[in-house]
Amino acid sequence: MGFGIGVTSSSMGPRGVLEDFSSGQDERGKVFDRHIVSRMLAYLKPFRLQMLLALAAMIIASGLTLLIPYLLKIAVDQYISAGDLPGLGRISLYTAGAFAGLYVSTALQQYLLSWVGQRALANMRSALFRHLQKLSMGYHDTHIVGVTVSRVMNDVATINDLISQGLITLLGDLLILIGIIVTMLLMNVRLALLTFIVLPLMVGVTTWFSRRARGAYRETRTSVARVVGDLAEDISGVRVIQAFGQEDTSQVRFDQLNQANREANISAMTLSFIFLPAVELLGVLATCIVLWFGGRFVGVGTVTVGVLVAFLSYVTRFFTPIQELSRMYTSMQSAMAGGEQVFRLMDTEPDVEDAPDAYEMPPMRGEIHFEDVTFKYRPELPEVLHDVDLEIQPGQTVALVGPTGAGKTSISNLIARFYEVTSGRVLIDGIDVRSVTQQSLHRQLGLVPQNSFLFSGTIAENIRFGRPDASDEEVERASREANAHDFIVSKPDGYNTRVLEGAVNLSVGQRQLVCIARALLTDPRILILDEATSNVDSLTESLIQEALGRLLKGRTAVVIAHRLSTIRNADLICVVDEGRIIEQGRHEELIQRGGLYADLYARQFSGD
Amino acid sequence: MTATTVAIPDSPRPNGALLRAFGYLRPHWKLTAGAYGMMFLIDAISMINPLIISWIIDHTIIKQNMGMLSLAVGGLLALVVVKGVFTYFEGRWTEVASQNVAYDLRNELQRKITLLSFSFHDQAEAGDLLSRTIQDVERIRFLTGRATFRVIEGTVLMVITAVVMIVLNWRLGLLAIAAMPLLVYQSIRFGKRFRPLSLQIQKQLSVLTTRLEQNLRGAQVVKTFAQEDAEIERFEVENQKWFSLSALSARLQSQNMPLMNLIANIGSVVILWFGGSMVIQGQMSLGEMVAFTTYMGQLLVPVRQLGMVLPAITIAGASAERIFQILDTIPEVHDSPSARNVNFGEGRVAFDHVSFGYGRKAEILKDITFEAEPDQVVALLGLTGSGKTTVVNLIPRFYDPTAGSIRIDGTDLHDIKINSLRSQIGIVLQETTLFTGSVFDNIRFGHPSASRREVEDAARAAQAHEFILEMVHGYDTRVGEKGVTLSGGQKQRIAIARALLMDPRILILDDATSSVDSETEHLIQLALENVMQRRTTFVIAHRLSTVQKADQILVLDKGQIAARGRHEELLASSSLYNNIYQQQLKPKKHKVIETISQGGDD
Repeated sequence: MGFGIGVTSSSMGPRGVLEDFSSGQDERGKVFDRHIVSRMLAYLKPFRLQMLLALAAMIIASGLTLLIPYLLKIAVDQYISAGDLPGLGRISLYTAGAFAGLYVSTALQQYLLSWVGQRALANMRSALFRHLQKLSMGYHDTHIVGVTVSRVMNDVATINDLISQGLITLLGDLLILIGIIVTMLLMNVRLALLTFIVLPLMVGVTTWFSRRARGAYRETRTSVARVVGDLAEDISGVRVIQAFGQEDTSQVRFDQLNQANREANISAMTLSFIFLPAVELLGVLATCIVLWFGGRFVGVGTVTVGVLVAFLSYVTRFFTPIQELSRMYTSMQSAMAGGEQVFRLMDTEPDVEDAPDAYEMPPMRGEIHFEDVTFKYRPELPEVLHDVDLEIQPGQTVALVGPTGAGKTSISNLIARFYEVTSGRVLIDGIDVRSVTQQSLHRQLGLVPQNSFLFSGTIAENIRFGRPDASDEEVERASREANAHDFIVSKPDGYNTRVLEGAVNLSVGQRQLVCIARALLTDPRILILDEATSNVDSLTESLIQEALGRLLKGRTAVVIAHRLSTIRNADLICVVDEGRIIEQGRHEELIQRGGLYADLYARQFSGD
Repeated sequence: MTATTVAIPDSPRPNGALLRAFGYLRPHWKLTAGAYGMMFLIDAISMINPLIISWIIDHTIIKQNMGMLSLAVGGLLALVVVKGVFTYFEGRWTEVASQNVAYDLRNELQRKITLLSFSFHDQAEAGDLLSRTIQDVERIRFLTGRATFRVIEGTVLMVITAVVMIVLNWRLGLLAIAAMPLLVYQSIRFGKRFRPLSLQIQKQLSVLTTRLEQNLRGAQVVKTFAQEDAEIERFEVENQKWFSLSALSARLQSQNMPLMNLIANIGSVVILWFGGSMVIQGQMSLGEMVAFTTYMGQLLVPVRQLGMVLPAITIAGASAERIFQILDTIPEVHDSPSARNVNFGEGRVAFDHVSFGYGRKAEILKDITFEAEPDQVVALLGLTGSGKTTVVNLIPRFYDPTAGSIRIDGTDLHDIKINSLRSQIGIVLQETTLFTGSVFDNIRFGHPSASRREVEDAARAAQAHEFILEMVHGYDTRVGEKGVTLSGGQKQRIAIARALLMDPRILILDDATSSVDSETEHLIQLALENVMQRRTTFVIAHRLSTVQKADQILVLDKGQIAARGRHEELLASSSLYNNIYQQQLKPKKHKVIETISQGGDD
């Protein structure tokens, strides 16, 4: 800002100040973690050249920032006081040149730093995404999706901002601060020391503010979250509210939360309204010190008017670096905490890894064999499968039935080798699944998940998911076989209908049909089918049954079964209970045997 | 949160909406007026300060008048303290006024949202309503608070600074001000290019987030279909797009601020050169020259702020529209002037040639006529989409028929106050919504003054008392967000207790069988039987036992009553009924195994 005498107002508004000083974590964490910073720096290494250039630009910019008030001093003392017009012209030109240099160097520095920062950020996100693809189901079971997303999107951004931009800016601020202090000391030690009285006051005020601001700002966040939560509940329960005539009660409750939010905001902002004038007051105090003492020194002759003017200019730019530094302190804490999480994710080893000598799974016949398999999801958890032995012939349909938590899903997960067995072996066509590569194994497997998961994208893209190169004809053929074609073409955009997030624009039954088409298109040798439990209307139900019939035909299929028809037609029913297969056989055999299966089957009919 | 349009009439004039938003400041006009008053005082002090510094240099330091120096410095400090106090009140008053605007708007929106009829909520999306109430209101708050304030403050400060500079020294003043149009131009140009770009970046970032989220949610599918590499490639494409946009924005941003500074700084150099010459020639004092450089610095602040605030005002216009769209929507169902409070006597419900359709869509109900005798159980049956739910939704006036009339005990529904009508109807909806709070509060939801005893009695009748007591905190157990998770069967029974507590004359039940085990199903069955006694009951039936007990069964087909009678009669006479019986009511065999696998669900 030119020679900027007497203008110390922050460029940020009161809310900006509040937010900027409140970005820290709740608990006091580490401000600087060498390991995190050095690992982060590794991502910047490819951009060494740009960073060095930015550093050079920063040093030039800092130098120029310091030089400009000094030029002003020379102008006043040597030319204006001396009445040297040509000299004034020269020094003005130099100053203009310095400003032009400042423009080029700051623009260059900012551009380089943001460019490198964004590039490194994009690279880190890619690296994390790649890593996530390698992680096993064990990771996904134990981590909430939202948290992982926030690691890849937010935490990475915070740490990256800090390292790629923050550190250099920090360096620049320090450089300018030290430069100002040194220059002032060089120009006049006594006046400089007197002016520095303001420094500890400034640090004190800023620390006070950033401490208070954090708590107050957090309060505004929680109070608005409560408002959102209450309103969301009102909206989702609006039918009940109206049915029970409770509109007024819900308004009273909302009003309280709304009020609390208003108060929290006002008191947080009030802090800013104290802080900003205080900063300005300190700035003017420094100016006053310079004027009052400096004025006397001018009289004594120890200080020239030019030095006084230069001091006035330096004093005003003292404050920005101090505020920046204190702001950095808080954001460093949160960045380090975030960085730790990011690298922890990066360091998570997949539970299931290809053996060094793993080979491609040869084309399968589809014979599955469990040999004395015991299994725990994690070492510290109880065993979920005990000594399971199971033999499935190629082309057989096997239904797994049993209560929730009995181990049906675990059995199917082990076939796909989503987890490693704790002991025993899982063999496909006599080959231990651990000796082949996971991808080659999965390529010959198909899955129809219980929740009928679809991705956002078009219906065609979803069907093509397992074989992105499939032609339109193939997609259509698979849809026809899956009884999905008719409903798809009845949509306005046909196969190009977009599946919205959560597939809300498809009915539950339609989602299942699309999942069946998706599995059909890959023509897997072994199919894992986790039947959906949700009710669908009877017409759709019969379409699903028919489609499933086609899907299962000619493949080995392991079905986590809830539908009677699937169970009745199964070649083998395994009743799983408490981690063991306690009964095996066909429907009629099991009914005749009069065991658990027959028991449960009979009980249902007495109910109605 | 993607903003989807709700079927609400478009408000015709965005500027009208903005003006109307400002109207919300009216109740708080004293605060606003006070803040603007403060603003002028603050601007005045900002103007005087550089003059004082200039005066100090010229008259005390150069002339070495130490007495005056102390006085002037003291005055300067005093002025800044006064300014600080003014700034505090200015800020606080603006903030309080604008927070009040937000508070009022949010209360109004919440009120409206809870009052709007089902037909509105059928089409509205929760996320959209939330974003209107939170984000859009926040933008209006910003507009009615600091945004407008800053625009006015900035303009005033700019004009005054310019005037003072010209008065002080018109030639130098004009030279310095020459930079201003350039500054404004650059600021606006940047805003125009940067805003759409930053919106694009936001959008791309959310695309990227969705990609990642979907990939994680579908991890099992990705793995089984061996699509890890394809997924990586898809992510890369979006990631690269994001980077290109970000790099472009980095270029724009990195130039803007330094360029603005450069323009202002060139102004400073001009002051140094020409001002210096004037000082040498004795046409100006050194102090005045220093004051000029300070004013030059002051010019930049408002310009920078204008550049940031002006785009916010444009967005606020759209926000205001979105808010008033909701506030202006009239609930389709509302009390007519002639409506009164009515106490139902025996509870006779009559539909007289009732038709119903949503907006432009085809008719959902056609010419429905029937009568429910007092204390009868009427079962409604039909395929999905046949109109069962719509029929029962018309009784508490969640919707109004498009033709025909409905009467309770001979009184047309339109002549009954909605509150009076609904307080005498108990409803158990298919999806059981419970609210955050204790089980106790949830049961007495419709009757907040109910005693502990009444609540427990209702829970007993609903077969809920026992499982409630088994929970650690009994009736004080918190449910809903951050509370315990109840199974579907448990929720359903609490909902039944909630309806029972109202002791309604008329009862509406959707007894959908969610996947519960047979023991729970039995309990729910018992609860429902308790509830139906001594009331006129409408049941959307899914259970054979319910249908067998019904006094009247209405079989709906494509919005019309296709058959009516008792179970045995219909079995003998209606082929549609037989069809439905086969599909929906007959013991569901495939449920057997589901029950096995879902055991322990309750």
